[in-house]
Amino acid sequence: MGTEHAVIVGASHAAAQLGASLRQGGWQGRISIVGDEAIPPYHRPPLSKDYLAGQKHSDELLIRPAAFYEKSEIDLVLGSRVTAVDREQKCIVLHDGGNIPYSKLALTTGATVRKLTLPGHELDGVFYLRDLRDVDRIRGYTGPGKSAVIVGGGYIGLETAASMRKLGMNVTVLEALPRVLQRVTAPEVSAFYSRVHREEGVTIITDAAVESLQGSSGVTAVKLADGTELDADLVVIGVGVLPATELAEAAGLAVDNGIVVDEFARTSDPDIVAAGDCTNHHNPIYDRHLRLESVQNATDQAKTAANTLCGKLEAYHALPWFWSDQYDLKLQIAGLSQGFDRVVLRGATDSGRSFSAFYFSGDRLLAVDAINRPKEFMMVRRALSTGLSADAEKLADETVDIQQAFS
Amino acid sequence: MPLVKFISHSGEENEVHVAPGTTVMHAAVDNGISGILADCGGACSCATCHCFVDEAWLAKVGEPDEVEAQMLDFVLDPQPNSRLSCQIKVSDELDGLVVLLPESQI
Ligand SMILES: Cc1cc2nc3c(=O)[nH]c(=O)nc-3n(C[C@H](O)[C@H](O)[C@H](O)COP(=O)(O)OP(=O)(O)OC[C@H]3O[C@@H](n4cnc5c(N)ncnc54)[C@H](O)[C@@H]3O)c2cc1C
Ligand code: FES
Repeated sequence: MGTEHAVIVGASHAAAQLGASLRQGGWQGRISIVGDEAIPPYHRPPLSKDYLAGQKHSDELLIRPAAFYEKSEIDLVLGSRVTAVDREQKCIVLHDGGNIPYSKLALTTGATVRKLTLPGHELDGVFYLRDLRDVDRIRGYTGPGKSAVIVGGGYIGLETAASMRKLGMNVTVLEALPRVLQRVTAPEVSAFYSRVHREEGVTIITDAAVESLQGSSGVTAVKLADGTELDADLVVIGVGVLPATELAEAAGLAVDNGIVVDEFARTSDPDIVAAGDCTNHHNPIYDRHLRLESVQNATDQAKTAANTLCGKLEAYHALPWFWSDQYDLKLQIAGLSQGFDRVVLRGATDSGRSFSAFYFSGDRLLAVDAINRPKEFMMVRRALSTGLSADAEKLADETVDIQQAFS
Repeated sequence: MPLVKFISHSGEENEVHVAPGTTVMHAAVDNGISGILADCGGACSCATCHCFVDEAWLAKVGEPDEVEAQMLDFVLDPQPNSRLSCQIKVSDELDGLVVLLPESQI
């Protein structure tokens, strides 16, 4: 084995892919993945879905089994928090004062939850939902007939609501904005999700201003500014995440709403790459700088970063995509809808549970939210990747085959 | 434990033993067999775990459901024996299953 040492900080989606891709790409030296969580990289999406609903065991969450890393000669250094990057000495410093030298460094530190400092936020039974430990703790408070209040009507909040309904709980979702999913979807899609959640027995309160969490040791209620009090055996707060950039910032790397990387996943230090939720990068398809929070981005950008470290420069240009599962709704999103000026619907949003919303800017198709319409998701993913253009009129007409709407 | 045989697009063969109930996707990913990406981890959402089931095993493996079938229409090089490997569970019945891998997932 060569004397070079690639050290990956953070041990999740991006790290698992980066390590595997480094070996596939012919990296001869040592590889270490250093992360503060106790178990090897695992799939985060099931946390608010099947795992929370008790339909998946933690063993089934691992992205790859521990044996894979052994076989690939990738050292997993788990339960270790990295406290600093010393770029002059080229080493990382661990929480216990130890250090690990690197020749190349990859930052895959992901994102951390945005915290609310409401009165009562320190009460027992108040949770955020980002990692396995969070969900294991939450599961100690769930059960049929118990009441959950979820603060935040984004994907994670709504998935959590759906899973808790499956567990037979009374669920209320509080959203500060006028509609759920406001920052990420069109009004029609928000209205659809509100309808389905209500049909499934969830109470949704929009324009909600939470005043305080009440209780003496454990939380018992949530109080809104208008005086409403909602009983709560537990509260889950899901109000977004922030990129984990502290290490990069302290080390003097360029940071601007994420660790700034170029199309080869390089930071402002040529020996340091970064990938996943922690990065801010330029997307060539949409020609703008952005930060993504998705498995697709973590995985694909990690491949780019690994190639770069192996000396093979291949620009990152993958099409963003995402999914969310709630009840019997399978949402698949291809592309990014931000900046749309028109939405074309295929199928009914006010009844049933299957339709697609196509987002346009002028004549240009930007993205699709496909609900129980895998075919339309796949078609748009292909069209956006290969530069096909879409005919809005044909998209809106369900009698026209979806493929006929693209040329 | 049932055996699954993977044949890559270039003809390379790999045999792995997996516990009954494991998906064909996991059999590949857990054993470092390249050719299956499985970006969504088995949620039937990404279609990057496409494989071809050897003709001799088709009847035993069974048909894809509606969601899977719709996704399969749009994978690269779809064939009548195309399947998403995360949707096939290995069982004693499928001991010896032969799976061919496509040239590319995307
Ligand atoms: C509940 C939930 C559901 C989701 N559902 C979906 C979905 O359906 N589809 C989808 O595409 N995406 C989904 N996501 C988003 C997806 O999980 C993230 O985009 C993905 O995990 C990003 O991977 P990452 O490797 O960049 O970062 P992360 O997964 O955030 O991992 C970063 C890791 O680094 C560790 N770390 C950070 N700093 C340090 C340090 N200084 N020292 C040591 N370790 C450190 C962290 O503890 C963490 O383990 C979901 C996320 C959550 C929380
Ligand atoms: S792993 Fe994503 S569809 Fe099979």
